Amino acid sequence: MTLDLARWQFAVVTIFHFFFVPLTIGLSFLVAIMQTLAYRQKDPGWDRLSRFFGRLFLINLAVGVVTGIVLEFQFGLNWSSYSVFVGNIFGAPLAIEGLLAFFLESTFVGLWIFGRGRLSARLHLATIWLVAVGTVLSVLFILAANAWMQHPVGYKVVHGQAVLTNFWLILGNSTLWAQFAHTVLAAFATAGALTLAISVWRAHRDRDDPASRRAFQSCAHLATGFLLTTAVLTAVAGDSLGRVMDTQEPMKMAAAEALYHTTNGAPFSLLTITDLSDQPVMQIRVPHVLSLIEDLSWNGQVPGIDNIQAADVAKYGPGSYVPMIWLTYWSFRAMVGAGTLMILLGAWGMYLAWRKKLAEDLWFRRAALVGIALPFLANTAGWIMTEAGRQPWIVYGVMLTAKGVSGVTVADVAATLAAFVLIYSVLAVIEVALMTRSARRPLEEPDLGATKSLEPSLVY
Amino acid sequence: MAPFSDLNTTWFALIGLLWTGYFFLEGFDFGVAVVTPFVIKDETDRRLCLNAVGPTWDGNEVWLLVAGGAMFAAFPLWYARLFSGFYLALFLVLVALIFRGVSFEFRGHDDRPSWRRVWDAANFLGSLVPAIVWGVAFTDLVHGVPLSPGGHYYGGLPGLLHPIAIVGGLASLAVFVFHGSLFLALKTSGDVARRARRAAGYAGVAAVALLGGVVAWVAEAGRPAVAGSLSGVVPLVLAVAAVAAVAVATVLAVAHRDGWAFAATGLAIIAAMGAVFSRMFPLVLPASNRAANAITIAASASQHNTLMVMTIAAACFTPFVLAYQAWTYWVFRQRLVRPVASPSTAAAH
Repeated sequence: MTLDLARWQFAVVTIFHFFFVPLTIGLSFLVAIMQTLAYRQKDPGWDRLSRFFGRLFLINLAVGVVTGIVLEFQFGLNWSSYSVFVGNIFGAPLAIEGLLAFFLESTFVGLWIFGRGRLSARLHLATIWLVAVGTVLSVLFILAANAWMQHPVGYKVVHGQAVLTNFWLILGNSTLWAQFAHTVLAAFATAGALTLAISVWRAHRDRDDPASRRAFQSCAHLATGFLLTTAVLTAVAGDSLGRVMDTQEPMKMAAAEALYHTTNGAPFSLLTITDLSDQPVMQIRVPHVLSLIEDLSWNGQVPGIDNIQAADVAKYGPGSYVPMIWLTYWSFRAMVGAGTLMILLGAWGMYLAWRKKLAEDLWFRRAALVGIALPFLANTAGWIMTEAGRQPWIVYGVMLTAKGVSGVTVADVAATLAAFVLIYSVLAVIEVALMTRSARRPLEEPDLGATKSLEPSLVY
Repeated sequence: MAPFSDLNTTWFALIGLLWTGYFFLEGFDFGVAVVTPFVIKDETDRRLCLNAVGPTWDGNEVWLLVAGGAMFAAFPLWYARLFSGFYLALFLVLVALIFRGVSFEFRGHDDRPSWRRVWDAANFLGSLVPAIVWGVAFTDLVHGVPLSPGGHYYGGLPGLLHPIAIVGGLASLAVFVFHGSLFLALKTSGDVARRARRAAGYAGVAAVALLGGVVAWVAEAGRPAVAGSLSGVVPLVLAVAAVAAVAVATVLAVAHRDGWAFAATGLAIIAAMGAVFSRMFPLVLPASNRAANAITIAASASQHNTLMVMTIAAACFTPFVLAYQAWTYWVFRQRLVRPVASPSTAAAH
C-alpha cells in the first residue's frame, strides 16, 4: 500500500513538474533569440516580443522551480531504501545539477528580471542566455541520473550499495546522450508550438494595430521554422533513443509494441486491444515494419514479451518482469502520434509562410491553437512510457521498485499525496489562467533604451 | 588510503557550510517577509520590501537544493533516514516554499486587493513556517531523536516537537527576523528603513533570550556520549559566540549601526551552525535513546570515488557561483527609495 501510494506520489510530482519544465527550457531559448534579434537589429518589434514572451516564461518558470524543490527531496521522503542503494551514484549528478545549473538559472533570472535598464543592453542579453544555458545543463545532469536507472553503468555493488567505479562512464552513458538530445529538442518544440499558436492568433487579433501585427507575424515565422526543425530533430533523436533501448531495455520496447512473441520480420502494431491481464484480444499490424525500424532489416528478429520474460526469470529468478503493457503501448503511441502531428503542423506553417499567408489562414490558426496541447501530451506520454516501461525495476536489472520504498506509514504518504494533488491542481489552474491572460495583453510600448534610471524597479 | 582518505569529514564540513550559506542568505529573505507586515503602511512600502529580496531570493534558495543534493551524494544514508524520518516536517517546509516561491511571481499579475492579499499571506506564511521548522529540525538533530537499531526515526511530527526543539524553532525565527529586519534597514530608506530598524531591536532582544535559552538547555540536557566526539568545549564556545554575536548585534542595531549589526547577525548564524555541526560530529543522526543507534559519518558516507568526483566538481565550480552571486548583490547594492511618481505609473510587470 505504501509502495503504491509512493509510486502515485512520485508520478504526480514528476509529471506535474515536467509538464511545465520543457516550456521553460524552450521559452528561455526563444526569448533569448528574440532579445538577440532586438539587440542586433535595433528592432523595437523584437524587443516588445521578447518582453511579451518573457512574461509567459516567468510565470511558467515559477511553477517549474517550486515543484522542482519537491523533487530534490522526494527520494529521501518516499524512496529512502532506493536512496541508500544508489546515493553514491545518483546523488552526485543531482548535487552537480544544483551547483552548476540551478545556481546559474536562478541567479541570472533575477538579474534578467531586475537588471533591465540597470545592466548594459549587452550584459542584459547575456543574462537570459546564461539562464538558457542553465536550463540545458540541468537537463543534462538530471538525465545522467535517470539514464543510470535505465541503463546502469560505471558501478559495482558492495555491501548492498551501488558504488561508483567510473564517473565518466555515467556521463558517457549512451542512454544519457540519446535521452538528452530527445528531451532538449522536445522542449524546444514545445515552446515552438506555443509561440506559433499565440503569434498567429495575435497577428490576426491585432490586425488593426500594424506594429503589433507585424511583430507577431515575424514571430510566427520564427516559431514555425523553429517548431518544424526541432520537431523533426526530436523524432530523429527519438528514433536513435529507441534503438538504444532495444538493446538495453528490450522488455520496454516489446511492451511499447505489444509484441508478445519473438518474431522475424516483426510487424508494426497500429492497434492492440488487450484484456484485463494484458493479453491481446485484437491486433492490427503492418508486416515487417517493426523489424525495419528497430533492426533496419526486412526480416530482422525482434524479441517478444513472453520470450524476454522467460529469459529474465532465468536471469533474475522467479517473478514477473513485464511492465503494464497497455500503459507502455498507449503512452508510446500518444507520444509518437502527437509528435507526428507537431511535424505536420510545422510543415503546414512553413508552407503558409512560403505562400505569405501564415497569419491569414483560419484553419491553420485553429489547428495551431489546438496544437498547443500536442507537445504537453507528447512530453508527458514519453516519460510515462520511459518510467512505466522500466517497471518492475527502479534500476533496470539491479533493483526492484518494490525494494526502494521508505518505511513510512500509509497515512503519511496518503496525506501528503492528497495535499500535493490539491496544491498542484490549484497551481495548474492559476498558471493556465495567468498564461491565458498574459497572452491577451497588448505588447508593451517599445523600450527606447538608455533609460538607465536610478529609480528602483518596482517589479512586483 | 592516500592523502584524501578523510574526505568524509571534509564533506561533513562542506554540508555544514552549505546549510550555513543557506541560512545566512535565505535567513534574511525569510526575515524580511515575516517583518514586512509590521513595517509597511501601503502598497508601495510592500513593494519596497519585496524588491529588497526580489532579484536574489531565488538564487539564495538554491543553497538548500545543493545542500540536499550534497547530502544525497555524500551521505546517502543520512539523506534517506533524515528525510524519511522527519517526513511531515520536511513536507511542511516544501509546501511553504512552494507557496512562497510562486507568490513573488503571481501577486503582480492582478491588481485586485483580494488577489494580492492571498499571495502576501502566502509569502508571509511561506517564510514563517520554514523559519520555525528549520530551527526545530536542527535542534532535534543536535539534541538527538529516539532511533531504532537501524537508525530509523519513527516518532513522527509530534516526536520532533520536543520542548527544546520548540524553543529552537522560535530562536531560529527570532534570529532570522532580526537578520532580515537589518537587511531591510540596509536595503531601503526613509520610513520603511526606520521601522525595520526598530523591529530589529525587538527581534534582537527576543533572539538573545531564545537562542541563549536553547543553547543552555541543549548543553544541560546532554545525550548519550559517543566515541570520537569533539571536546564539548568546541560547540559550546561556538554556541556562546553565537549568542554573544546576537547580543552585540542588538546593541549595534539600537545604535543605528545597521551594517555592523547585519554583519554580527550573519556571524551569529555562522557560529550557531558551526556549533550544530561540531556538536553532531562524528554523527549525522544522533540518538537520544541509545548511542549505538546513532548514524555516524563513517557509516553513512559514500565511497571515496564519489566523494572525489564531488570534491573536484565543488572545487571547479564553487568559485564561479560565489563570484556571480556576489556580483548580483553588487549590481543591486543601491538602497530602494519610494518613487516620486505615483506608484501606479511605476508599477510595471
